Amino acid sequence: MSEPVQMIGGALILLGAIWSIMGAVGVLRFPDVYTRIHAASLTDTGAATLMLFGMGLMGEAGMVTLKLFFVWAFIMLTTPTSANALANAAFGSGHSPRIGNFQIVRGKNGGGSAPDRGARA
Amino acid sequence: MLAGAALGLVAAMGLMIVRAVMGPSHYDRILAANSMGTKTVLFIALIGFLFGRPAFLDVAIVYALINFVATIALMKFFRYQSLSQNLTGQEAADETTEHV
Repeated sequence: MSEPVQMIGGALILLGAIWSIMGAVGVLRFPDVYTRIHAASLTDTGAATLMLFGMGLMGEAGMVTLKLFFVWAFIMLTTPTSANALANAAFGSGHSPRIGNFQIVRGKNGGGSAPDRGARA
Repeated sequence: MLAGAALGLVAAMGLMIVRAVMGPSHYDRILAANSMGTKTVLFIALIGFLFGRPAFLDVAIVYALINFVATIALMKFFRYQSLSQNLTGQEAADETTEHV
């Protein structure tokens, strides 16, 4: 394996790690269950694609590439499915999404990040 | 470069643990556990590359499958408060509980 391909693979892996940190910050900062599900699902699939593709460029072709493809296929199948099921379960249990102009008010209602049920829907 | 990416993944997993601890509802916690499982899959594969042991990829495959099943099971448990119930809305456990 030549040197520039290794460099590109390492850069893709690093980009995937940065992407993953961005998703984690989004999950930590967003105000609602549904927006958190959105951030986590999108960045998980994106980071998995970037990192596994980078690893496939770094490793030798063969069985390792096949296993990486299987990991990628499982993640791409299961992450959107679980995000959809999670949003469905959250909506079925009475969590209403926060719609409209709102600001996160600190100190009221436990830090303001709890979804208020039915008040704004 | 690989070590930096591994440290970044560990930082992301730490942020997910923070959300799982302080999450206001059950679904935030399930979401954090699921997302942290996906990051763990990537971390295991990266550790395999970092230490030159490609056999870790098998562990990553198994972890990806178990992560999905665990997420669905946790969600069902928090929704219905038991695992012995159908997901179709039919209450199958009623016949056994009525005769008790």
